Amino acid sequence: MPYPVEQNEKFAAYAHPERLVSTGWLAAAIESGAVANGELVVVESDEDVLLYETGHIPGAVKIDWHTDLNDDVTRDYVDGAAFAELAASKGISRDSTVVIYGDKSNWWAAYALWVFTLFGHQDVRLLDGGRDKWIAEGRELTREKPAPARGDYPVVERNDAPIRAFKEDVLAHLGKPLIDVRSPEEYTGQRTHMPAYPEEGALRGGHIPTAASIPWARAAAEDGTYRSRAELEALYLGEAGLAEGDDVVAYCRIGERSSHTWFALKYLLGFDSVRNYDGSWTEWGNAVRVPIAKGAERGSVPVAVGS
Amino acid sequence: MTTQALPSALAAIVDDFQAMSEPERLQLLLEFSEGLPELPDRLKDHPELLEQVVECQSPLFLTIETENDGGPAGAVRLFFKAPAEAPTTRGFAGVLHEGLDGLSAEEILSVPDDMPELLGLTRAITPLRMRGMTAMLGRIKRKVAAASGVRS
Repeated sequence: MPYPVEQNEKFAAYAHPERLVSTGWLAAAIESGAVANGELVVVESDEDVLLYETGHIPGAVKIDWHTDLNDDVTRDYVDGAAFAELAASKGISRDSTVVIYGDKSNWWAAYALWVFTLFGHQDVRLLDGGRDKWIAEGRELTREKPAPARGDYPVVERNDAPIRAFKEDVLAHLGKPLIDVRSPEEYTGQRTHMPAYPEEGALRGGHIPTAASIPWARAAAEDGTYRSRAELEALYLGEAGLAEGDDVVAYCRIGERSSHTWFALKYLLGFDSVRNYDGSWTEWGNAVRVPIAKGAERGSVPVAVGS
Repeated sequence: MTTQALPSALAAIVDDFQAMSEPERLQLLLEFSEGLPELPDRLKDHPELLEQVVECQSPLFLTIETENDGGPAGAVRLFFKAPAEAPTTRGFAGVLHEGLDGLSAEEILSVPDDMPELLGLTRAITPLRMRGMTAMLGRIKRKVAAASGVRS
């Protein structure tokens, strides 16, 4: 049974208001016992694998993007059986309402939500503002780890095609809109990784030709919440030049920051066809004979790619 | 590589980690993150005296000082700064602090570069995150070598 959707003015302007919840709404739901009785499952997903252990929202379970969602042999996400086991072990059933939150303005939470969506999980929502906003508001944290009753989760094979782009898809997509959500320095090719982040070894710096540069954080306000619909439209329809009905691909370095943008385009602005290219720059910047563009200009579609 | 090659404090830490199950190791790492000492005021007020280890996933700054009794045998003091929101990075720093602080340059330089792998955390933490700790150890050794004139 889906849990009731939050109604408020900010969310109502979005294309899919049912995809967001506010910290106040979540606190009230916890207060009402909805998390304790399993009506609502709260999941924390952080960059730092130990952050949940330092204190989390009461009743929240932890899912780690790397150890839980990535396959440890193939560079891919876990398969249907592993996802079913993970979900069930966290108290998640196929019809559960899941609210995900995390650190860094929800990068990893959005990424986890995107992976849940690969498996077609219907009702999965993001906590607007994430962990930082919850803490900034002085809301309760606990170190107590919940022991949820096992969920009932079927083995569902991933359906990647609607929301995930592979390198070949991106090559075929050239000429249609691309959003590069990395920092300006990564976009121009001045550097191949985030400022002050690990060097993940891309051999070329730059961007995919024609991609518009809209760093992910511009979709977020100071408090980590998503910007209003009007502000997002100014950014993506105005500055990036997207038009209603466009088929869009977003990418970053490994696909986590672009999940944040994917969420904004898909659910807040309502683009039907938005895919996240999770291979992102760590793949593109190392791939043989793919075209790249350097500098601040978007560049043009190269002719006869790979022929 | 065995713990016999390690300075005794570091060897004891490695033994503790190795004796544990994986979830317990994570818990121990969390305890190290909480035990990481605060910077002394003279460094707190001078962030430019610390160097960032960019290979770490979260901001981690460190510096070393050699105690002033002269010569390469002087005790090396280690100082780290990492935000509370980065417990894994703080945990690594805590292990290196407890294991190496106060040793001589020679003792620190003798620690094998791949010592972090002995903690048995690679699977639970992932190789990506372990790289940060290896980079931290590497930076400490480079700074100690440069300060002491001992070749690593």
